[in-house]
Amino acid sequence: MMLESMLIQLCKGMLTSIEIFVFTLLLSLPLGLVIAWGRMSNIKPIRLLMKVYISIMRGTPLMLQLIVVFFAPYYIFGISTSSQFRIIAVIMAFSINYAAYFAEIYRGGIESIPKGQYEAAQILGYSKFETFFIIILPQVIKIVLPSITNEIITLVKDTSLSFVLAIPEMFTVAKQIAAAQASITALLVAGVFYYIFNMIVALLMEAIEEELDYYD
Amino acid sequence: MSLFEIKNLKKSFDDKEVLKDISLKVEKGEVICIIGPSGSGKSTLLRCSTNLETYDGGEIIFDGTLGLVFQNFNLFPHHTVMKNITHAPIKVQKRNKDEVYKEARALLKKFSLEDKEDSYPCNLSGGEKQRVSIARALAMNPDILFFDEPTSALDPELTVEVLRVIRKLAEEKMTMIIVTHEMNFARNVGDYIIFMDDGYIIEEGSPDEVFNSNNHRMDEFLGKLGE
Repeated sequence: MMLESMLIQLCKGMLTSIEIFVFTLLLSLPLGLVIAWGRMSNIKPIRLLMKVYISIMRGTPLMLQLIVVFFAPYYIFGISTSSQFRIIAVIMAFSINYAAYFAEIYRGGIESIPKGQYEAAQILGYSKFETFFIIILPQVIKIVLPSITNEIITLVKDTSLSFVLAIPEMFTVAKQIAAAQASITALLVAGVFYYIFNMIVALLMEAIEEELDYYD
Repeated sequence: MSLFEIKNLKKSFDDKEVLKDISLKVEKGEVICIIGPSGSGKSTLLRCSTNLETYDGGEIIFDGTLGLVFQNFNLFPHHTVMKNITHAPIKVQKRNKDEVYKEARALLKKFSLEDKEDSYPCNLSGGEKQRVSIARALAMNPDILFFDEPTSALDPELTVEVLRVIRKLAEEKMTMIIVTHEMNFARNVGDYIIFMDDGYIIEEGSPDEVFNSNNHRMDEFLGKLGE
């Protein structure tokens, strides 16, 4: 196989990887916040439920979660799914898994905000909603950003796990080419792609961190 | 009718009774200083008065806006000085933006902070932070302003500038309730002094009456402070 055609195939795979990556972030970042709220809820059953959820998500292999999410509609509800469901299942599985990690990061951030900030907001008449979104969240984002960056970089690499559902993302494609050529060149090229992808992510996150560096 | 009144207030934390039977009246324009040893219930009384804490018995009669100045300022670190002062009047009280800004600038000028408008709290000294937080409270046009040990987190030389600001407010007849450890300040600025110990009001009255009383707990307290 020509190097050029290999690169084209890998690029196509990369687009799928980026698709998984972007949609997972769009879903898991807000979902993590909701889970964090549940985890800190005053209502004990909700708190407990979220604790169990987080514990399962963190305590079992992501690869297994991908498989479970994909087969669940059939085994639990008897619904047979179309082949398009593969990519949806992958994004769903990644989202609920990453949301659990993000939730714990958010929780750490939220709990590190001094109680006085809430009290000052209360005295000034802000509603609970306003207090959270105007006073607390902006401070939390600044605090959690480095940890979030870590997770996002891990996600870039974790997208390769979707090969278990035969999604034609970059790693799946690279493995196929490597098998066909009986050479690991394609895998090494994929490695370089992941590295560049992550470098861009890291630079972007660094830029955001700098943007938020206007106060201590 | 008094502007602010507390009747037979009771408050416990778990099994510990912190406020045992507190009653007090505040008239408009009055400055009340609450003094007493730590653990006497002063701060809890303030926190109940400002609804930061619930209470178990008695009642608080007040219909109006209140402000609170915290010991450790609690400014919003991600907002500039100007935004700290103006955001709540504009967003919460829905007041006219230009008017609020004008008032805020006047307050900053009054407190010698006119060049700090665009600074963030992290770039201010403790004394400046506390003056900003007083300005923030005043921007809400409160009917009564509470202070919870406003100088306890400050170095002595910074304490002076904050006390000067509070004194200025007293001269303007701002109604204030001040929990403080600054005995000289309480004596000079307070119209009415309340001495608390162990959840009770032990002594109250004009500064002369309270500071010259023969109550042994009062003597003991002042003695500890080296007076």
